[in-house]
Amino acid sequence: MTSGPASLFDKILAAHTIKRFEDQGTLVLIDRILLHERTGSVALASLEEDGRALAAPETVLATIDHIADNRPGRPALSRMPGGEVFVEAMRQQSQRAGITLYDVHDRDQGIVHVIAPEQGFALPGVTIVCPDSHTCSLGALGALAWGIGTSEAEHALATRTLRIPAYKQMRIVLTGTLPEWSTAKDVILALISRHSARHAVGHVIEFAGPAVDDMPIEARLTLCNMAVEFGAFTAMIAPDEKTFDYVEGRTFSPEPAQIAEARMWWKTLRTDAGYTFDQEIRFDVTNLAPMVSWGTSPEHAVPVDGTVPEDIPDDSRALDYMALRPGQPLAGLKVDTAFIGSCTNSRLSDLRRAAGILRGRRVAPGVKAICVPGSNAVKRAAEEEGLDRIFTAAGFEWQEPGCAMCFYAGGASFGERDRVISSTNRNFEGRQGPGARTHIASPETVAWSAVQGRISDVRNWAKTPVRPPDERVS
Amino acid sequence: MSEFRKHKGRAVVMAQDNISTDQIIPSREMKRVSKIGLGDGLFANLRYIDAAKGGRTPDPDFVLNQRDGESASVLVAGANFGCGSSREHAVWALKEFGFRVIAAESFGTIFFNNCAANGVLPVVLTPEEVSALMETVLAGSHVKADLEAQRLMAGDLDFSFTLPPAQREMLLKGLSAIDVTLADKPLIDLFVAQDQKLRGWLYKTERPSNG
Repeated sequence: MTSGPASLFDKILAAHTIKRFEDQGTLVLIDRILLHERTGSVALASLEEDGRALAAPETVLATIDHIADNRPGRPALSRMPGGEVFVEAMRQQSQRAGITLYDVHDRDQGIVHVIAPEQGFALPGVTIVCPDSHTCSLGALGALAWGIGTSEAEHALATRTLRIPAYKQMRIVLTGTLPEWSTAKDVILALISRHSARHAVGHVIEFAGPAVDDMPIEARLTLCNMAVEFGAFTAMIAPDEKTFDYVEGRTFSPEPAQIAEARMWWKTLRTDAGYTFDQEIRFDVTNLAPMVSWGTSPEHAVPVDGTVPEDIPDDSRALDYMALRPGQPLAGLKVDTAFIGSCTNSRLSDLRRAAGILRGRRVAPGVKAICVPGSNAVKRAAEEEGLDRIFTAAGFEWQEPGCAMCFYAGGASFGERDRVISSTNRNFEGRQGPGARTHIASPETVAWSAVQGRISDVRNWAKTPVRPPDERVS
Repeated sequence: MSEFRKHKGRAVVMAQDNISTDQIIPSREMKRVSKIGLGDGLFANLRYIDAAKGGRTPDPDFVLNQRDGESASVLVAGANFGCGSSREHAVWALKEFGFRVIAAESFGTIFFNNCAANGVLPVVLTPEEVSALMETVLAGSHVKADLEAQRLMAGDLDFSFTLPPAQREMLLKGLSAIDVTLADKPLIDLFVAQDQKLRGWLYKTERPSNG
């Protein structure tokens, strides 16, 4: 590592390497740790039980997101029956340990991977971990961020370090220009469906190329968010001027006096010319269609105007679970529920694009539609722009921030066997409720499908006239 | 970390790819701020016909409810086992039920590390080896795993596997990863002290009280 070209990952790893082991593993300094009530509380309880102190509580930020009540005004602490114990535990543990907590009613509360960038907690070049698999989202800012289990969270909290093995490196170069109605979500779904949900196991992904350069920061967060659905250890994007502008002036960002010094280092965080990756994928996004999933893994996805594949193994449970046949078109499938939210697609730009589809239109009769902004900051900003009124006028419920219906935690649920069009990241069996049939897609596709009452191609939106108000009621 | 050296036991087969931690332990089954009390919720949606309503009526079609499923301690599965959510509850539930060895074509990365941290041995085999193992297990053979020799045996089969050396040593000796790392505490402290000079901009960790 001392000579020759180095990758973005190599450079951040080198800056954090405390010790190298014979097996090429590394003991790395963990700069910042994120916790949420669902898994963080268990890690903190376990440390307390073992009588271990936190090495650096000032580097830890906690939030209540996974099972926070999402109903307007939050009449309860948790949406999960008995879930209050997790919220209460997190509160007491945070106080005892001296951890900053973004509590349920905090003005900046939100989904951990939405607030980490918003608060400047995630920054270029930092190592950041969280006992949550979607921590890879934060690599979009040029951080080395990855999801861990509870035991590793305990290790990071107690020692300020983690031991990681040597990972292979994969570069995914996105070329061309995204068409108007295709998004970062469609890119990552297309990649996973082409290469399989396990293709990137054992790898760190670096996303690069002109189509990545073109992406706003929030789109990059969506792209990196689903790296775990590709099997990757994590994903990263080299920080650029957009990144530097984005991170400046936030709660935990560098002080103005130190920003120049930070930028000097951040500008070096790019893969050197001549570096050879273990694997490289090139993908021209110019003709990419909006994607939608048909099965029970994110690799089960096709263009929205496509059909369920014919060559599905006989022993696959996916078609039975989803009540679909090989060769069946996706567009036109009747949906019961539409959900916009989650750490994948609940940021302001996501809500703006969905609202653009919904403006002046109404959700089809019989469709239950829910929008859950990713954080209170997103919710406030959206309300200042009047997006909430567009959602509610269209028939969407406008709820309080949190992970919400991305996963079922007991309590309120979609109906059993409901077909759900969802801007989330996982279409696993039972993920959104017992028997729930989840189709994941971009927020635009979710919004347009909600209006049509069927999985629909958002590229037809502009061609479809708005019906006058009196026709909408029946 | 719990110790693992050798294990022999009854095996079950789940011949699917991409079995997620959501399937291994649904979120609603994680009811306490604790690592225990999860075995009952293992594979709940597959194992009980009335799981959605909190019921516990066994589904006779599910492998753990068949023959000697209740006493199984080895699980053989397809590719990408334990993908998805990082919830370590998946491993705690498997272990509480009695599983000590999981053999699969590949694993979700976080799940793999979680296994090793809890004395459950994750064994990666080739697709051909997994198929042969499934066949042998379905014919009634027990499975034997030896971590010292890094071999997995069943009937006439004898496969070698590897575990990252660090995890192997931890499991064999039953070491606590935290204690091992804390032995290097002076090194860590020195590194942090130097880093604070190099990257002073990072060490702003106070949230303004007006937040």
